[in-house]
Amino acid sequence: MNDLKNLKTEEYFLSMGPQHPSTHGVLRLILKLDGEIVTGATPDIGYLHRGLEKIAENRAYIQIIPFTDRLDYLSSMSGNLAFVLTVEKLAGIAPPPRAEYIRVIMAELNRLASHLIWLGTFSLDLGAVTPFLYCFREREKILDLFEMITGSRLTYNYMRIGGVAADLSAQFIKDAAAFIQDFKFRVAEYEALLTQNPIFLARTKNVGIIKADKAIAYGLTGPMLRASGISRDNRRDFPYAIYDKLSFDIPAGTVGDCWDRYAVRVREMRESAKIVEQALSGLPEGNFKTKVPLSLKPPAGESYAPVESPRGEIGFYLVSNGTAKPYRLKIRTPSFCNLSIISHVIKGWKVADVVAILGTFDVVLGEIDR
Amino acid sequence: MTEEKKISREELLATGENIKAQYNFLVFITAVDYPERNVIGMVYHLRSLGNRDTLIIKIDLPREKPEIASVAGIWPAAEWHEREVFDLFGVNFLGHPDLRRILLPPDWEGSPLRKDYTKPGVIKRPETIK
Amino acid sequence: MIIGLIILLLKIAAVLVFISLTVLFLVYAERKVSAHFQVRYGPMRVGWHGGLQMIADTIKLLLKEDITPKDVDKLVFFIAPILCFVSAYLAYLTLPFSPQIVVKNLNIGLLYILGVTSLTVLSLMMAGWASNNKYALLGGFRSVAQIISYEIPLVLSVLPVVMMAGSLNLITIVEAQKSLPFILVQPLGFLLYLTAAAAEANRAPFDIPEAEQELVAGYNVEYSGIKFSMFFLAEYVNMFTICALAAILFLGGWQGPILPPVIWFLIKVYLLVFVLMWVRWTFPRLRIDQLMSFCWKILLPLALANFLISGLWLVLK
Repeated sequence: MNDLKNLKTEEYFLSMGPQHPSTHGVLRLILKLDGEIVTGATPDIGYLHRGLEKIAENRAYIQIIPFTDRLDYLSSMSGNLAFVLTVEKLAGIAPPPRAEYIRVIMAELNRLASHLIWLGTFSLDLGAVTPFLYCFREREKILDLFEMITGSRLTYNYMRIGGVAADLSAQFIKDAAAFIQDFKFRVAEYEALLTQNPIFLARTKNVGIIKADKAIAYGLTGPMLRASGISRDNRRDFPYAIYDKLSFDIPAGTVGDCWDRYAVRVREMRESAKIVEQALSGLPEGNFKTKVPLSLKPPAGESYAPVESPRGEIGFYLVSNGTAKPYRLKIRTPSFCNLSIISHVIKGWKVADVVAILGTFDVVLGEIDR
Repeated sequence: MTEEKKISREELLATGENIKAQYNFLVFITAVDYPERNVIGMVYHLRSLGNRDTLIIKIDLPREKPEIASVAGIWPAAEWHEREVFDLFGVNFLGHPDLRRILLPPDWEGSPLRKDYTKPGVIKRPETIK
Repeated sequence: MIIGLIILLLKIAAVLVFISLTVLFLVYAERKVSAHFQVRYGPMRVGWHGGLQMIADTIKLLLKEDITPKDVDKLVFFIAPILCFVSAYLAYLTLPFSPQIVVKNLNIGLLYILGVTSLTVLSLMMAGWASNNKYALLGGFRSVAQIISYEIPLVLSVLPVVMMAGSLNLITIVEAQKSLPFILVQPLGFLLYLTAAAAEANRAPFDIPEAEQELVAGYNVEYSGIKFSMFFLAEYVNMFTICALAAILFLGGWQGPILPPVIWFLIKVYLLVFVLMWVRWTFPRLRIDQLMSFCWKILLPLALANFLISGLWLVLK
């Protein structure tokens, strides 16, 4: 009996990551645990810091585009697009209409690919392995489409200042339209596996709630913000390319829990499919690129053009002093801002929930660390 | 609509309190180094989620001793952005809840995004590796 | 006397060989089944449709370096995988594959099997504790909580069968199902047994002690080489055991027309194995507290009610 009285419990630290199957890259979470319950968390980032902002100060504008692929490597097109839009805004270059359509088609296909990876890895985080493979099956087809045009499957380096690198082929347009037709049924398939599954609901409903005011205060963007009930989307609020000519919905959640973040992204996939369909049918003939000098010297000044990436607002804050290289290039990435709230959200949840909550954050460490 | 405002560093907190009801969304905070003017220029990019207006606040800080009040109490999102500026520019944010390096290792020397930063000769191994 | 001993040793060796072959086949089946659920082919290169893949994997696993980390409790770390395998193996000494094919027909066979299989929890805890790793420790804690909790509904769900057969002898229980398999009179008992047994054997969706996405691998995270393969082996052996027990208790064991008894028995067992695989590759994983409340608030009351009603029915009949 005396021994039992001397028994005491204590909190301990668990270093989750940077090598861990569910931190989606090299994120390290230092968890303070009381048994299985998280009482404190400190995220530790920077393992993938490559100093892209410093490198950019020593490169010509066109040389920076490949670096933007390496930010959010799951949706390189958004990074490409945000950068070229920023430079075009500063230099006053208008791309031809066909290029604008192509940009939207590519960006939305890339959003589908990115959301598919997210859905797959999220279900994997919850222990359901099969949806992961289903998602990768469709993503594979999107990557095939990209490979047909850009020659690569992950880092496309496709957007150019004043247009895009290559025109869409007739084969691409045919295949992409067929894919979108097929894809609508596939989304229903993923939903059949997860949306109403009682275990899935138990793991996600009312788990990791982010209230709307918190979401705004911490600068969340993208599906994270919309799941909390704030319908804000740069594609509609600050229309770029041809988004003002297309009709699409902005799905939003109500509670801001894991399930809402899941539902928002799944509905976004349907909307993206709709956008690609419209853009493909409206694709005008014409040139896909305007002539821009290789060593572009935009006027001195600054510009910022927000783009809605699959994770939220990605934007480049560009300061130019009139030379061929940027004076300063700040990269505002959605994952960085979205992740900053994590220690407040996971407090009080269990280790298993940390994995689920982090899964719905959909972070890409490439753009957090830059 | 985009508005730009240049203020002094003493005015920052008061301005922030005044405008936080309208400009409720902090997009980012960053800095730009201007060695020829001997200034580090802070840039606060704010947005109103209501009417989508943008406000850019600019503040010049002396390069030798860049210090400014932290706005993490007004916009919690500033916490990480300020840590990043501290990390890469060496700007000191007074009243910041947790001012540590964020991207670079804790024992890094210098502020890499300043224009006069030269690349380190030998990069030290972290002490934890023996 | 000596001849009897030799025969017994031969039988034990035969069980060992059988277990190894079964596990090889089970792993192959799991990989193929999961592959086809996931629109893949699974192993295809080694042998016909990857048939020899498992042999290649076994050789690889056995030849791998057996690492004992610096800070582990060496003795416990060494014993844990052996204990795990032995407890899984012991169950087979009394498991009847047909009236003739059984190593030792015990009259308390069921009690014995339930007893030795629950030894597993000890080895998992030992492994988790000795590894000196927080993930392993969490996995060990989880497995103790889970396995001990699910033991209760498991035993309660098989008790009605024992009452109906009037014996703990597995052969007698099968004989009692000559006219009617117990699944038809005990459908709830069968479902309860299968659920609790899946949890007992750490099968998904109850594979919380080794939840890969949370605990990396749980209790066996520090193990490699032959020690890891012991845990791996035991996991599949246990899966076979619970399915075999289910076939004996509820599906009438080896009884069936035309085909020889062993074949019938294996057909029934593999049918159940397939069901378990199906579940594993379809569902997400529960959280530890949800798992425990499922056990105590749903499974246990149901098992008790089933036990009570069966008892009343037997008395009043």
